[in-house]
Amino acid sequence: MHALLEPWSHPFMQRALLELLFVGVVGAVLGCWIVLYELAYSAESLAHALFPGLVAAALLGLPLLLGAAGGVLGAAAAIALTTRLPGIGRDVAVAIVVTTLFGLGVLLALTPSSPPGLDGLLFGDLLGVTRGDLAASGALAALCLAALAALHRPLLATGFDRGSAPSLGARPLLVDLALLALVAAAIVVGVQGLGNLLVLAALIGPAATARLLVRRVPRMMLLATVVAVVCALGGLYLSYYADVAAGAAVAGSTVGVYLVLALARLRPWRLSASRG
Amino acid sequence: MQVSVQDLAASYGGPVVLSDVTFDVEEGERIGVLGPNGGGKSTLFRVLLGELRPLRGSFQRPSRLGFVPQTERSRLDYPVSALDVALMGTLSRLAWWRPVGRRERRAALAALERVGLTALADEQFGELSGGQRQRVLVARALVQDAPVLLLDEPFSGVDRTSADLLERLLDDLAAEGRGLLLATHDLEQARRFDRVLCLNRRQIAFGPPEETLTRAVLEETYGGEIVALPGAAAAVLPPHHHEHD
Repeated sequence: MHALLEPWSHPFMQRALLELLFVGVVGAVLGCWIVLYELAYSAESLAHALFPGLVAAALLGLPLLLGAAGGVLGAAAAIALTTRLPGIGRDVAVAIVVTTLFGLGVLLALTPSSPPGLDGLLFGDLLGVTRGDLAASGALAALCLAALAALHRPLLATGFDRGSAPSLGARPLLVDLALLALVAAAIVVGVQGLGNLLVLAALIGPAATARLLVRRVPRMMLLATVVAVVCALGGLYLSYYADVAAGAAVAGSTVGVYLVLALARLRPWRLSASRG
Repeated sequence: MQVSVQDLAASYGGPVVLSDVTFDVEEGERIGVLGPNGGGKSTLFRVLLGELRPLRGSFQRPSRLGFVPQTERSRLDYPVSALDVALMGTLSRLAWWRPVGRRERRAALAALERVGLTALADEQFGELSGGQRQRVLVARALVQDAPVLLLDEPFSGVDRTSADLLERLLDDLAAEGRGLLLATHDLEQARRFDRVLCLNRRQIAFGPPEETLTRAVLEETYGGEIVALPGAAAAVLPPHHHEHD
């Protein structure tokens, strides 16, 4: 019992857990829509593309959300312009812009003259989360959840049948834009703790795991939240006792749970054999 | 008059795909919309639904239109029950940001009861038969409580039980005063409607079926897809693919 409770006697572990709960709950609920709308790859591209915006905001002392918004708009403009170049298709344009912007962000963040701590945006610093970070993440997470609750019905109807959604009163283009804006906001919620690279695990892993097991959207969201919380706890214990990087341990356990369940589903005879 | 269309033409930015369309729908009228694949049935629906701006002409329609798409267009792997789908009809009645309450659930359950699917309300939509799925989509349109319904080939790929039930239901809806526009390939069924609208990239004819569905009109509407059958005036060859115009 002592081993279970001991890690939580440290304030830095408490803050790490709270940060993971914020990003975990938002990621689980939003992730269900990312999975159902088949936007996992787009979400990853978005995370990479807005990275220079985050770094620029940190350098200028502006709110990260502002940097993320600027990063998304800059990336969209760059993709639109690159697509116009002769001989470059849409997918190539996206790949060029995303990798260029991500490289630019990394360059800015890891230059020796950059102030210390910017590399945290790339890899996260879960155990270094401050009270101020927590307040910002918590407020943004609450806003994201309120927006997701409000958008639930248009999201459900548009994902079900995009063609007939307008006849019901939903506007697919606005729904898509709102969803992408929420993905950008969720990346900001999680970027301090997990970093720009690993935050995707929180956005996609729990929802993809829940998708394997249940077949109603609200249950999927509930189960994804449970998976996110369990993986947060598991990852932090692993980090504490095995002395591994906390963000990587959490992301790793999220992906690990998904892989185990996905493989179990692929080979149902193994499960039935073990039951017998 | 519930719907009135005057000299309508439409395109998707390229050549004109539908022109010279002039018709109206009276209260409680069932209008069959006939035409080959690519003939303009879906285009007409898209214009009426406000998804496609007409190239020229004008139309009047009620503020709320119910639309029943072909079930093939909805995602069968989507994690929703029949009741969830019926509840989507509340989007046009209840502000989008508000959660559904008891009243909306009651309306959705009543609509499912009307299409004979009360027992299957909690079943996964994708696991229902084609006919049952079509009935769920009709229930969704009923929840919208629209005075006019547009139905895109509601009987295609539907089992006999569902087809009979749907036909009776549509008759009841017309008797309540709702106008119905039904895209169909079934000429025999079209003969039972109040009026028929024949389209082949333009309006070929509009009027009561007994006067309108002449051999000349059908040939002009369907071109090579029409065959003569002994004992019947004509039949349309089954479509090989669905309309995506």
